Amino acid sequence: MAELTYRDAVIRGIAQEMSRDPDVVFLGEDVAKAGGVFKATVGLYEQFGPLRVRDTPISEQAILGAAMGAAMTGLKPIAEIMFSDFFAVCFDYIANEFPKSRYMSNGQVKCPLVVRTGNGAGSRFGAQHSQSVENWCMMIPGLKVVAPSNPRDVIGLLAASVRDPDPVIFLEHKSLYPTKGEVPDGEIVDTLGTAKVLRSGKDATICALALMVPRALEAAEKLKAKHGIDCEVVDVRSLVPLDTQTILGSVARTHRLFTVEENPRLCGWGAEIVSIVADEAFYDLDGPPVRITTPHIPLPAADILEDIVLPTPDRIAETVRRSLQS
Amino acid sequence: MATAKDRAQAKAGSGLNDDIGEQKRLELYRTQVVLREAEQRAYDLFLQNLVKGTSHLSLGQEAVAAGFAGAMKPGDLSFCTYRGHAHTLARGVPVEKVLGELMQRDNGLMRGKGGSMHLTSVDHGVMGSYAIIGAHLPIACGAAWRAQYKGDKDVSVCFFGDGTTNIGAFHEALNFAAVWKLPVIFVCENNLYMEYTPIGDVTAVPQPAADRASAYGLERILIDGNDADVVYRAAQIAFDKARAGEGPSLIECLTYRQSGHSRADPAKYRPEGELDRWKLRDPIKIYRERLLQFGVAERVIADIDAQVRKVVDDATEACKAAPPPPLDIIATDVYADGGWAWRN
Ligand SMILES: Cc1ncc(C[n+]2csc(CCOP(=O)(O)OP(=O)(O)O)c2C)c(N)n1
Ligand SMILES: [Mg+2]
Repeated sequence: MAELTYRDAVIRGIAQEMSRDPDVVFLGEDVAKAGGVFKATVGLYEQFGPLRVRDTPISEQAILGAAMGAAMTGLKPIAEIMFSDFFAVCFDYIANEFPKSRYMSNGQVKCPLVVRTGNGAGSRFGAQHSQSVENWCMMIPGLKVVAPSNPRDVIGLLAASVRDPDPVIFLEHKSLYPTKGEVPDGEIVDTLGTAKVLRSGKDATICALALMVPRALEAAEKLKAKHGIDCEVVDVRSLVPLDTQTILGSVARTHRLFTVEENPRLCGWGAEIVSIVADEAFYDLDGPPVRITTPHIPLPAADILEDIVLPTPDRIAETVRRSLQS
Repeated sequence: MATAKDRAQAKAGSGLNDDIGEQKRLELYRTQVVLREAEQRAYDLFLQNLVKGTSHLSLGQEAVAAGFAGAMKPGDLSFCTYRGHAHTLARGVPVEKVLGELMQRDNGLMRGKGGSMHLTSVDHGVMGSYAIIGAHLPIACGAAWRAQYKGDKDVSVCFFGDGTTNIGAFHEALNFAAVWKLPVIFVCENNLYMEYTPIGDVTAVPQPAADRASAYGLERILIDGNDADVVYRAAQIAFDKARAGEGPSLIECLTYRQSGHSRADPAKYRPEGELDRWKLRDPIKIYRERLLQFGVAERVIADIDAQVRKVVDDATEACKAAPPPPLDIIATDVYADGGWAWRN
């Protein structure tokens, strides 16, 4: 066991996979000699050398296109897109190329790659460097979409993503990079498509992702301490594949469902979960499912503004309390 | 330093058994006739409503596909556009497989799951046909990167149109390939038009690809794309360079599409007489004359024509008789496990 930051877990996760398999290669802007703008790839260039860890021009389409061509022909590339907002300038690869090549070719073409990216708000970077774009990715058949909330999951899910035969979008939360967690020694490999119940409870299920997970846990502690409300917190971890069984199982125990989403409200992943629960577990519910989201606005930069718009532990706790007590 | 043109001229020699030789010439001719006959057939079948959806023909551009395919080795990779039937056939994919896909039958190359714009045959090195302008240039870079990284000797060849030189991915890919010295060949088929707009109306330089080469430190290569010998020689030089680890080439081939852009486009936007002028320089006509000039018997040429016609006729009948794809393939191969499940 060691205590590791989320940032260092990214480094360890990539290093673990690059050590294991010489076909794993890594490319992106400023990732090699500079160690990444978030310092989440420091030391990889020194450890694995210039052939496997490569700085690219500011050419997001070239980065993702090259990753795809390499993946199709036998490598297992990890490509970094510095900020997830930049998916918008290379979205063709994410929406049209990676996820459709296997299907359109009737199974001839494979695309085993990972796109790592800095996602999410909290850095006061404003509307073009702070978005939570998981929904942009989740809506596309053929992709897998993963978003870890803690250092251990970073390593395990990154390893699972690299070993997965499908294209995986790996969303690292920028505000989680400095956070710490206990990580076991040795190789860690997790399983995509598995949610985790991080806190058991009997009164309500709170589903959360990435930065919203620690906030949901904090809200659950507050609800317990102040109001005696006992919440179960599910870390969704993987949007595609989606572990609906863990979520449905939790709702069957608690009879109430809340989702906590950092993304703007429309078409958020929580809506999909609510819809699944409404279809398949309607009679388990004792009340309407409730989505707690960022409002449907571009993100403001100033700290007091950004802090208000993201779901906070207080807002989560208050929303749950009001819903349960009404 | 000698230019590509100098080197091609130095190589050329004269007579049928020059650097290209009789056997290769007959192969280049045959390939062009296959492309011509198959594309003409695709058009006829389209008019009969047996080819559905869309189709983008390479009628008039056969020399580019034949010349490059003729210079490729097994294992070299082709990346094509929606106008990709010709490049796919030129790598040896059976006519029946291509027509079957266009006719949306179960015998099609991708059993109807891809359609005419996405012809792919990995076994033949056809790594896909891409319908988003420019998308495949970076992808070809990635395949070339793999070859460079693994020490493989194959070269990736990426075909695209003149219009493609104005999209960002073109410029990203050219710079990327040049900086990383990748074994990739970018082949611009300048057929003078985008869909309907002449390329000159919307491009800052006269030669959309060649005039951009210097921006990426590459040699300016502009060739006659209607002469398969010229294309073949230019291709060989680029392959040699790529295999020697000397990086990418960008080759602009001057050609002309004799059909409309897609489907039944009557191409009314063409100036009077333009098509007729280009038909005088029809690649198959040029090549037939070349063979005759080098002493190949008319009968040999006629035999090739007849054989190819029969292949295309047989393929057409096989496709007409083939069933449509079964419905269960709708949900196969979304993910690598063979299925489409996104949840448990
Ligand atoms: C990104 C994108 N923009 C526009 C189109 C629509 N489109 C299809 S073909 C075409 C013309 C392409 O011209 P060119 O590159 O010269 O190729 P050609 O069709 O002449 O072979 C256009 C604009 C597209 N498929 N993708
Ligand atoms: Mg064109």
